[in-house]
This record gives sequence, structure tokens and C-alpha cells, in this order.
Amino acid sequence: MAFEIVAACVSCTACEMVCPNQAISAGELHFEIDPGLCTECAESYPDPQCASICPIEGAILDELGDPLNPPGSLIGILPQVAA
Amino acid sequence: MKLPVLNDEKTESAGGCSSSGCGSSASAMDHLPDTIRDKVANHPCFSEQAHHYFARMHVAVAPACNIQCNYCNRKYDCSNESRPGVVSEVLSPAQAVKKVKAVAAAIPQMSVLGIAGPGDPLANPQRTFETFRRLSEEAPDIKLCVSTNGLNLPACAEEISKHNIDHVTITINCVDPEIGARIYPWIFWENRRIRGVEAARILIEQQQKGLEMLIERGVLVKVNSVMIPGINDEHLKEVSRIVKEKGAFLHNVMPIIAEAEHGTYFGLTGQREPTAAELEALQDACAGDMNMMRHCRQCRADAVGLLGEDRGEEFTLDKIDAMEVDYEAAMVQRAEVQQQLLAQLNSQRNKLQNQVQEQPIRILPPSRPVKMAVATKGGGIINQHFGHATEFLVYEASQKGVRFIGHRQVDKPYCEGGSSCGDDGETVLQSIVRQLEDCEVLLCSKVGYEPWSALEEAGIQPDGEHAMEPIEEAVQAVYQQMLARGLAEKPADQQQSLSQLQTA
Repeated sequence: MAFEIVAACVSCTACEMVCPNQAISAGELHFEIDPGLCTECAESYPDPQCASICPIEGAILDELGDPLNPPGSLIGILPQVAA
Repeated sequence: MKLPVLNDEKTESAGGCSSSGCGSSASAMDHLPDTIRDKVANHPCFSEQAHHYFARMHVAVAPACNIQCNYCNRKYDCSNESRPGVVSEVLSPAQAVKKVKAVAAAIPQMSVLGIAGPGDPLANPQRTFETFRRLSEEAPDIKLCVSTNGLNLPACAEEISKHNIDHVTITINCVDPEIGARIYPWIFWENRRIRGVEAARILIEQQQKGLEMLIERGVLVKVNSVMIPGINDEHLKEVSRIVKEKGAFLHNVMPIIAEAEHGTYFGLTGQREPTAAELEALQDACAGDMNMMRHCRQCRADAVGLLGEDRGEEFTLDKIDAMEVDYEAAMVQRAEVQQQLLAQLNSQRNKLQNQVQEQPIRILPPSRPVKMAVATKGGGIINQHFGHATEFLVYEASQKGVRFIGHRQVDKPYCEGGSSCGDDGETVLQSIVRQLEDCEVLLCSKVGYEPWSALEEAGIQPDGEHAMEPIEEAVQAVYQQMLARGLAEKPADQQQSLSQLQTA
């Protein structure tokens, strides 16, 4: 049970600061989640903290590989408009 | 404690304003208590006059943000973009301290260090306050300031007042949550992402509470507002009134930057930017309540140098590593240079005041205000070639004196319009002329034949005769000439008859 940060990440450090498990750190290209430490915040908070502050749609995926903040959910612009 | 507010009307009735720019100029500051006046006299962002002489820098130590604004997109960090929220490299506090000391050694006019992002400084409290703490120990002569969206301000107000932080800027775009919901899609608050009107309500509440807490603690507060036509433009008059009542000492209304290529919500949905005239009209409307800051250049969160210039490229981390700096000697040199600059500022102000007082009282026909554009590289002097200017400062001369009212950015300097200032230059020239169409005079150090004709045709008189003169003196002199030649009289339909006036 762990989330994953992908290349869309802009390395803003916000998730690192709010993670209750210190599971997030700067990787070579973008921030990374240590799957051994990530609990998806199940016992700590109603919402996963990293995904609640991340400003980038599609940067954090759940364990099925689906974005926790899908396109259009944060900035309000659907991808076809942004393209 | 309530701080007095700079106020155009009061200043005018006291007669001080007639001598120089009303913006946040020295004369407008005469009415502030000494403690505040000393704090703003050499601050380029707060004093219109100081910004010609003193430099500032921002260090980008604060990458995280706790809210989303519809005019911001954190995905686009490009060195070609000059706007808030954008930086080329994020620094650790240790790197930032090193950079500040290197820059302050190379640019002795540097008086101010700000932390403004690229995220929200108070959403990165550890990095922000560590940078401040180390700087107040290692470069105690440099003024510190911080900008914030205000969400985390109440939690940080006590800490801010403990550090040697001179000024805090809060960006307040609204006091009405319904309006806020159109500007802020979400905030991160108490471990949740909150959206819509509720998010705006919390943000507004925290901003206002933070403002009050800083004023109670004697910290100087400036308020920034982004003018978004059709959303908060009318509303900002109320914002201006409220923040003034609470004790903010300056209100800075800035135009929204909404280019589609920045990828912001407003940029992509076609939100328009205000025209220069709309911006100036709103600034005028708010100025009755509070002094405005018209020389703001909306700089990047890693900008270095005088306002309007960015020397950040000269001070990248690898370049700083290669520099050998004697920090002690630099601090001594800084003190000397800045003392000279302050003396220069003071003498210029006195000179202008004396000029006005010495003028014989004459009865002139009623005159109208005249706008003039100025090309300058800094130093408060007309010292730039028309073709090299990337922006023009606009001053308004009237019988009350000279006041700075704004700056007009041009897309490209005229001489970069094309390799020979030829075919391509034509359209660049047209666009510059259009930007300056409400001005009647253009003051610069030199201007070529082709732009001269184009300016004249558009009713803008080019004037290179005041090269190397202080701007306000030159604007005043040109206006006096226009008055003497009958070029600045009020149109007849707006004039009371002269005889009526003389008998009155």
C-alpha cells in the first residue's frame, strides 16, 4: 500500500513537509515516495496529505497507477483546453 | 497600534506634494513618523524616489505553496519569464545567505533582501526563518522583508516580529468570499484541500487576522492586490479602504499577468489584462484612500538589482562560488555608498522644494495636467536612448507639481525591432507609440530621426535637450515652458473665464 510520484512533479517540496511518515524525499529527477514508509495516511488523516497539497495534476498516483488529482481537478482546465 | 497612512489629499493640503512625485515620494513621507520614514527612505519598493538609486534582491528559498491562484501555474518555471512565482533555481538557506552576501558586495546600492517565493514563504517557515536569522547575524545592515498570501500569517506573526523583519507584504485580492472563489480554486488548510467559497472565506479570514496581528506588533505592512478586470477591479476600492483602516501603510494595485503561454487558468480562459489607463484610473480611485505604489515592476522571486532590471544571471551559484568576497570591507563600502545616495536624494528633494517656493506668484490661465514619458536607466536621471528603452516611466505635470503615475513596458526596445531598425522596427515602433499615446512629451537622452517623426505624428513631442538631468526637474521645466507658450491651457469649454477668476 503506497503512492508513487511521477515525472510531472515540479519538486516544490510541499508534500515532503506534510507527509506524517517522512516517506517523501528529493530524488534525482523529482521527489520520491519510499513504499516501505508510505501508509497512504490511512491511520493519520482522512485524506492523504501529499495528494491534498500537491499543485500538479497527475503527479501522484495511487497503487493502481491512477492519478489522485486527475486532469482538470486542480486548476479547472480540461486537458483538451490546455493543449 | 494604528500606523498613519500616506494620503495624497492630506499631503496636498499641507503643500508638500507640489514639489515632487506624490507616489510614495519623499514629500509624501514627510508626514510619517521618523521611525517609518527611516524604514522606507532607502527601500526601492516602497519609495518611488529610492527606486532610482537603491537595489533589492529576492532569494528563492520557498518553493512550496499552500494555495492555488488562478493567475499562477507552478509548472512553468522558465528563465525567459519575468513574473512573480517564477525562478530558475531554488536555494537552500545556506546558499541564499552566500548569494545575498556576494550580491551585496558586488552591488553596494543593495539595501533590501526579500523572500517572496517562488511558492509562499510562510508555507516554508523553516527555510524562510533560517535564512532571515542567518542574514540578520551575518549582514545586519540589510533590510529584510517577506511576501505572503496570508494563509499561514497568524501562525507566523509572532515569529516575524521577533526577527529583524522590516516589512511584510500580504497579497489581498478580495474581502468577499464569493469574489475569492473566482480567484482561488483551492487552499490547503488543517490537513485538507478545501475548495470554492469556503476556501476563500478561510483565506480572507486568515489574511485579515494576520494583518491585524502584525499591526499590533508594530510591523510595517504593505498590501498587494492583483487587478483582474471584471472580477475584483471595482471591489479593490473596498479592499483599499479596509486595509488602510486596519493600518497597512501602502497599497499596491498591480495588473494581472494572463498570457496563454504561461498556462494559468486565467491565461488559458482568455481573462484580459487591464489597459494602462484602466490600471491608472483604479490606482487613482484607491489613492484617495491610500497612497499607491506605481513603480512596482512585479519582479521574479529571484530578481536582483534595481527595479526594472534583473542581474540574476550574473549571480548563479557556480559564479558565486568563483567569487572572492571580503564581506567586512563590502559592508563598510555599502554603508558609505548608501549614505551618499541618501544625501543625494535629500538634496534633490530640497532643491525641488526651493524651486517651487522661489517661483513668483503669477496669475496664469487655468492649466491642464500633461503626461510625459521618460527613458531612464536608473539614478533618477534622463539617461537612456529612446531606442534602448525596454520601459518608459510616465509622469504627470500640473500646477500642483510633478507626480509619477506609472510605467509602460514595451515588448522590445525599438533598436532590437530588426537588425537595421528597418522594416521590422516599424511595427515595434508603432507598438511603442501606441503604449505612449496619452503622453504629450517624450524625454530621453537621444532619439533617432525615424522614431522622432513617428512620435511627432502621434502628438508626442520628443525631447533630448534634458539628457542627464534629474527627471522631476526636467519634467517641471518642460511643463513651465509649455505653460509659457500657452500649450498647457485648459480647453476653453472647461475654463471659467479669466476675468471671473481674477475678480474672485
